[in-house]
Amino acid sequence: MTLSVDISHRLGDFEIEANFESAGRLIALFGPSGSGKSTLINLIAGLIRPQKGRIAVDGRVLVDTAADIFVPMHKRRIGMVFQDARLFPHMSVAGNLRYGRWFTPSAERYANVDAVVDLLGISHLLDRRPVKLSGGEKQRVAIGRALLASPKLLLMDEPLASLDEARKAEILPYIERLRDETKIPIVYVSHSIAEVARLASDVVVLSRGTVAAFGQTEAIMQRLDLLPAEERGEGGAVLDTRVLRHDEAFGMTVLGSPAGEIRVPQLARPVGTPVRLRIRARDVMIATEQPAGLSALNILAGTIAAVRPGVGPTVEIAIDCNGATVLARITEQSKQSLRLALGRKVFAVIKTVSFDSATTGPGLPAEADG
Amino acid sequence: MNWLLDLTPDEWNAVRLSIKVATVAMLASLPPGILIALLLARGRFWGKTLLNGLVHLPLILPPVVTGYLLLLTFGRRGPAGAFLAEHFGIVFSFRWTGAALACGVMGFPLMVRAIRLSIEAVDRKMEAAAGTLGANPLWIFATITLPLILPGLIAGAILSFAKAMGEFGATITFVSNIPNETQTLPSAIYTFTQVPGGDAGALRLTLISVVISMVALVASEVLARRVGRRMDIE
Repeated sequence: MTLSVDISHRLGDFEIEANFESAGRLIALFGPSGSGKSTLINLIAGLIRPQKGRIAVDGRVLVDTAADIFVPMHKRRIGMVFQDARLFPHMSVAGNLRYGRWFTPSAERYANVDAVVDLLGISHLLDRRPVKLSGGEKQRVAIGRALLASPKLLLMDEPLASLDEARKAEILPYIERLRDETKIPIVYVSHSIAEVARLASDVVVLSRGTVAAFGQTEAIMQRLDLLPAEERGEGGAVLDTRVLRHDEAFGMTVLGSPAGEIRVPQLARPVGTPVRLRIRARDVMIATEQPAGLSALNILAGTIAAVRPGVGPTVEIAIDCNGATVLARITEQSKQSLRLALGRKVFAVIKTVSFDSATTGPGLPAEADG
Repeated sequence: MNWLLDLTPDEWNAVRLSIKVATVAMLASLPPGILIALLLARGRFWGKTLLNGLVHLPLILPPVVTGYLLLLTFGRRGPAGAFLAEHFGIVFSFRWTGAALACGVMGFPLMVRAIRLSIEAVDRKMEAAAGTLGANPLWIFATITLPLILPGLIAGAILSFAKAMGEFGATITFVSNIPNETQTLPSAIYTFTQVPGGDAGALRLTLISVVISMVALVASEVLARRVGRRMDIE
C-alpha cells in the first residue's frame, strides 16, 4: 500500500501543508495537539474537502482538486476509528459490528465476523448496548466495526487518547495484532511517543501544519529534537531485537540486537520472536571505560556518532553500537568532565529495570518491513 | 355513570370525527414536518428566517385569521383549492379533509419545533462515522438520524395530535360546523353551549375530550421513555 498526500488546506488561522508518500505497514502521524494530525486524517477519510491538492491510495485517486475529483467518504472504503468510539447508541454491539458490512459489496467483503470478534476478544459483548461498555471495550468494538466494513485502509485517530493507562495497556496488544495479523494498512494518529515507538513502521512528524520529518520509525526516533517538550522524557532509540533466551532463575529475558545482548524483565514471548525495544535516552548512562562493580546488567560498547544540544543543561549523545544507535541524555557538565567527543569509544549502560511494558512491545514481522 | 357513556349518534360521530381528523392531521404533517425541521436545523440558505417565520405564523396569528387565510387559499375559489379540486379532485372546503388541513396547519409549528430541537441535538459525528462505514446520506438519515430523533418525533407528533383535538377557531372559520362532516369535539361542545338544555351533552363531550387527551399524553410519555431507555444516550 502506498499513501501519497500532497495537500494544502486553510481553516481559519490554521493552515496545513503536507506532502509525503509512504508505503509503511503502520504509518504514524505524530505531533502535538494543533499540529494538524486530525485535519490530515479527516482529509484522507473524506470528512473534509481540501482546498488544494491530491490524495491517492495505491494509485486510486481519492481527491484531486486540479482534476476536480472528490470521492465522497462513503465510497472511499476507508475505515476510521475515532478517539470517542462513536458507537451507535440505538444498536447493540452486534448491530454496530454489522453496520458497515451491510454497505460493502459482497464480492469485496474480506473481513469475517467470527475472526474479527475473536481477534478483538469481544464475543461476550455482542448482545450489549454501547452504554453498558467500558471505554476500552467501546474502542475495541469501534475497531471491529471499522474492520468489518472490509476497508482498504484503516485510519485511527488517537484511539487511545481518551483512555487511562490501564485501558491503553489493554488495547495496545489488539492494535499490534491488527498490524501483524491482517493485511490492512493503517494510518495511526497519536501524540504519544510510547504508542508511536511501539506500533509504527513509519512516522510522519507534523508541526504547525507542516511535515517536519518523515521516515522509518527507527530513524525518526533518533531525532529527539522533533519531540514536543512534554514527550521528550519518553524519547529514545528504538531497536528491533529478537528473543534469544529466557533466564527463568532471575526472571529475565535476553534480547539479541546488533548492539549486543540486552537483558530486560521477563517477557511472555517465545524464543525467536521479534521485540521492539525503546531505550529512553534518560535511562542511558555513559562510561568511558568498561565499568566494573556495577549493578546495571546491560553494557554496550560503541563510539560516539553525534553530540547534539538538548533542552536546558542537557546534551544528547548518539552512540553507534555496531550499527545500532543508542541515545543517551546526559548533562553538559558530564560531557565536559568525561571529554566526550565524536568518535570516542564509550560504553552505554542501561539498567534492566528501566525497561517496562511501555518500552517493550512485539516487533513487526520481518516480511512487513519491506 | 351511565349517562356519561350514553351518547347520541351525533355525539359519537363528533368523537370519531375528532380522532380521525387529528390522526390524519398528525400523520400528514409528519413528512413535511421532518423536512422543514431538517431544513431549519441544518440548512444554510437565503430566506431561512422567512421560512421560520412562515412556519410559526399559525402560532402567533389569531386562529380565526389562519382559518380565513385557509379559506382564501384552499376554498373552492382560492388558487390552491381550485387547482387541487380540478386536477386531483381533492376538495377541502366544508369537508372533514378541510378540518384535518386546518388542524394540521395549526399544529405544524409545534411539531416542527419539537423535531428541530431533536435534530439539533443529534451528534453529527455519529453520522460522519456512518459515512466512513459506507452509508450514503440517505441511508445515514434512515439508519442513524431518524432513530436518534425518534423521541423528538414522538413528542412532535403528540403535540400535533393534541393541538388538532383542541382546534376550534381555524376549523370553524374554514370548514364551518356541519354535524357528521366537520363538527369535531370542540365545535360540538360549542354548539351544546349555545342551546338551552345542552349542558349535559357539553359536559359529556368535555369529559371524553379530557380522557382522550390524557391517554394520548400518557401513551407518548411511555413510548418516549421506552425509546429513550433503549438508547440511553448519556
